[in-house]
Amino acid sequence: MRVSKRASSAVALGAAFALVASGCSSSDSDGGDAGASSDGAITIDGTQPEVGLVPSNTTETGGGAIIDWIWTGLVEYPNDGSAPRNAVAESIETSDSKVYTVKIKKDTKFHDGTVVKAKNFVDAWNWGAYSPNGAQNGSFFADIQGFDQVHTEDPDGAEGPKKAPEPAAKEMSGLKVVDDWTFEVTLAAPTAVFPTKLGYSTFMPLPDAFFTQGAEAFGKKPIGNGPIKFVSWEDDVQIKLTRFDDYSLNDKMKIKDVNIKLYQDDTAAYNDLLAGNLDFQQQVPVSAIAGDKWKNDLGERAISSTTPSTGIIAFPIYDKRFQNPKLRRAVSMSINRQEISDKIFFGSRKPADSWANPLTPGAKAGNCTACQFNVDEAKKLLAEAGGFTGELVMFYNADASHKEWMEAVAQQVKTNLGINARAEGVPTFAVFRQNINAGKMTGMYRAGWQQDYPDVENWIGPLYVTGGSSNDGKYSNPQVDALAKEAASAPSLEASHAKYAEAVALIDQDVPSIPVYFGGQQSGHSEKIKKIELSNVGELDLTSVEL
Amino acid sequence: MGRYLLRRLLQLIPVFIGTTFLIYWLVWSVPGDPFAGKCGERPCPDSFVNMMTEKFKLDEPLIVQYGNYMKNLFQGDFGQTFGGREIGDIIATAYPNTLKLALVALAIEAVIGLTAGVLTGLRRNGFLDNLVLVSSLFLIALPIFVIGFVAQWLLGVQWGIVKPTVSSEMRLSELIVPGFVLGSASMAYIARLARTSIAENRRADYVRTAIAKGLPMRRVVGIHLLRNSLIPVVTLLGTDLGALMGGAIVTEGIFQINGIGRQVYRAIITKESATVVSIVVVLVLVYLLMNLLVDLLYAALDPRIRYE
Repeated sequence: MRVSKRASSAVALGAAFALVASGCSSSDSDGGDAGASSDGAITIDGTQPEVGLVPSNTTETGGGAIIDWIWTGLVEYPNDGSAPRNAVAESIETSDSKVYTVKIKKDTKFHDGTVVKAKNFVDAWNWGAYSPNGAQNGSFFADIQGFDQVHTEDPDGAEGPKKAPEPAAKEMSGLKVVDDWTFEVTLAAPTAVFPTKLGYSTFMPLPDAFFTQGAEAFGKKPIGNGPIKFVSWEDDVQIKLTRFDDYSLNDKMKIKDVNIKLYQDDTAAYNDLLAGNLDFQQQVPVSAIAGDKWKNDLGERAISSTTPSTGIIAFPIYDKRFQNPKLRRAVSMSINRQEISDKIFFGSRKPADSWANPLTPGAKAGNCTACQFNVDEAKKLLAEAGGFTGELVMFYNADASHKEWMEAVAQQVKTNLGINARAEGVPTFAVFRQNINAGKMTGMYRAGWQQDYPDVENWIGPLYVTGGSSNDGKYSNPQVDALAKEAASAPSLEASHAKYAEAVALIDQDVPSIPVYFGGQQSGHSEKIKKIELSNVGELDLTSVEL
Repeated sequence: MGRYLLRRLLQLIPVFIGTTFLIYWLVWSVPGDPFAGKCGERPCPDSFVNMMTEKFKLDEPLIVQYGNYMKNLFQGDFGQTFGGREIGDIIATAYPNTLKLALVALAIEAVIGLTAGVLTGLRRNGFLDNLVLVSSLFLIALPIFVIGFVAQWLLGVQWGIVKPTVSSEMRLSELIVPGFVLGSASMAYIARLARTSIAENRRADYVRTAIAKGLPMRRVVGIHLLRNSLIPVVTLLGTDLGALMGGAIVTEGIFQINGIGRQVYRAIITKESATVVSIVVVLVLVYLLMNLLVDLLYAALDPRIRYE
């Protein structure tokens, strides 16, 4: 029975009465400014992580950013979006893209002082893949041989009454520790992009303490191996980080303390930024973007950047009304993306003209011919497709700001094609995703994609290959599947990218979804910060900050 | 008096059970699978959904879940959120913050509202009366978030008098602006209620008698007039504490106060029945106890009121 903690709530309530009644609240100072020294401190905005900070179990951005800061993986992604480079890894070698030998650097440490060894990676990956642990990112280990032995699928889906069988093994057969500094990874099938994936947070090493403490306790006080270490976490209020002085890799911190203030409202954060109460906000609120108000407010402290993400409208291809590629192409070509970019997003997002975001290595700009705005061609294609009868509803989740652009798209389709189109909000993201997951969408719907790791594979595999993890519209083209498979098993990344380009050409003919805009980000910082860089996905690179 | 109190306390039990079940059922009926949107633009792995369903016994019928929840509640266990936080801890941190804000708001509205009400009630149709009339209308008409944003922007960003948001220490000085914003609408109601009540009682026989006896005006107003006129105001103030706590959600959001508002909002969105019910349970208790307190205060204000 758990009692001890709960009893405190009644006491605290009484204490609050007493505090207010006597008019004396605690009056610690704010921490004070440390000034513009190299030991300075900054306060940045964040959101309360939804779950404990365990790399393979965090999928949302609030916790994801913190994991990116306090961990360093085998490889890391340069801020300019170029090809990944080795970080903890000394070398990652393969002759056939199937068996990889990973050597790690000998002098890196976890924040608890223990040395990062090969087994810390192997143990962490095995934990993440083992299905009874229920890690949200577990499927990222599916490339590795023996994944199907540790990760069992529910025979009738999570909704059904049957339970998933106990996995036959606890460890993947494809992972082998050779010595303290070397391990060998055997994949189920050749995968050229595998080393690129290794910088994604799921593949971070875990110290022995993780296994003695258990995931829940560890997640509240995580121990990483990155340039910044975790200090404390006050739920819904703040998370404190500080420089890890024993960090031996390149990106050392130039400042000392980082206080992540956990906001519930981005306007509150923005007002704090304007008042000098906050040093960095990753994304200013929508209300500040209208009419470029944020640029007037912040002047030189406004940072406009692009992120490798794309706003998409997807087709439920399982619905027979949407099975004709000509119809899909007609809808796509009737959308004036430039106008939406200018009028709805005030130029903060760029019109999409390619299938994979061009900021991603291996992706080509301008390869989406279906993204061109051409009303005559669209009308012709619609006529060839036999028109569209009934109402074309475009769904979006109403708990985020998608209403305006979705309505604009629906209006354009209506005006340009004469289809009876309209946009409809679904109250919450949860209900929206539930319908999508269940394959019950009765119209087109908003989707979006931000890369997990910088390679064109991450834009094709999950979205357009049969059975891909986010191929929600159930698009399937055997030729695309075959090319993607060839690309994955290509001997080099260049060869792989060439194959993906071929696959994209086929996707462009089929138009399984409609890319609408490329992501942009509007950040701001305080006068205190002299130098700042953003990571390849638009997060603040804390190691770059200079005061 | 003792029997009255006992009866009132016993009445709390069915109200308590009724409200908690109703809320449990309502949250349960909110559409949406709690784990459908957890993993971004891809469905969560079955293994994760299975683990969570089993851990929180979400496949049981509603009545069984509610029964389990109540059983644990009586053992002092509020349960856990889906993210693994103890709901008891959330309540222990969030409630005092909201209560503090609500009490500040209550104090501000009582002082300003009553002063304005008494002054205008005694001297009606003057300049001050019209001023209070217009400004109270203004406060009632404006939605709370407008007052909040304007106050935050003007005082916090433009003039820099206060910090735009409240720090985690929740100092009393920082709570004055949010407290004023939260209490603004009620303040206007209290001013108008007090004004009417005073104006009405001003013509009562006992006030005329008191004046005729030659008592000083201060005593007539302070002891005779105010005490009787306060009854409706106290009723409003009493229930207002509950309303302020429950209605702080907008104010808490604007001023970044870690109170129950954000917790309830988050819990409703993520379909965490246990969290919603636990937070509302305490809110219901506050309402019930404040109502009882108000009823008991009547006797102190007007000795003619007796309890059977």
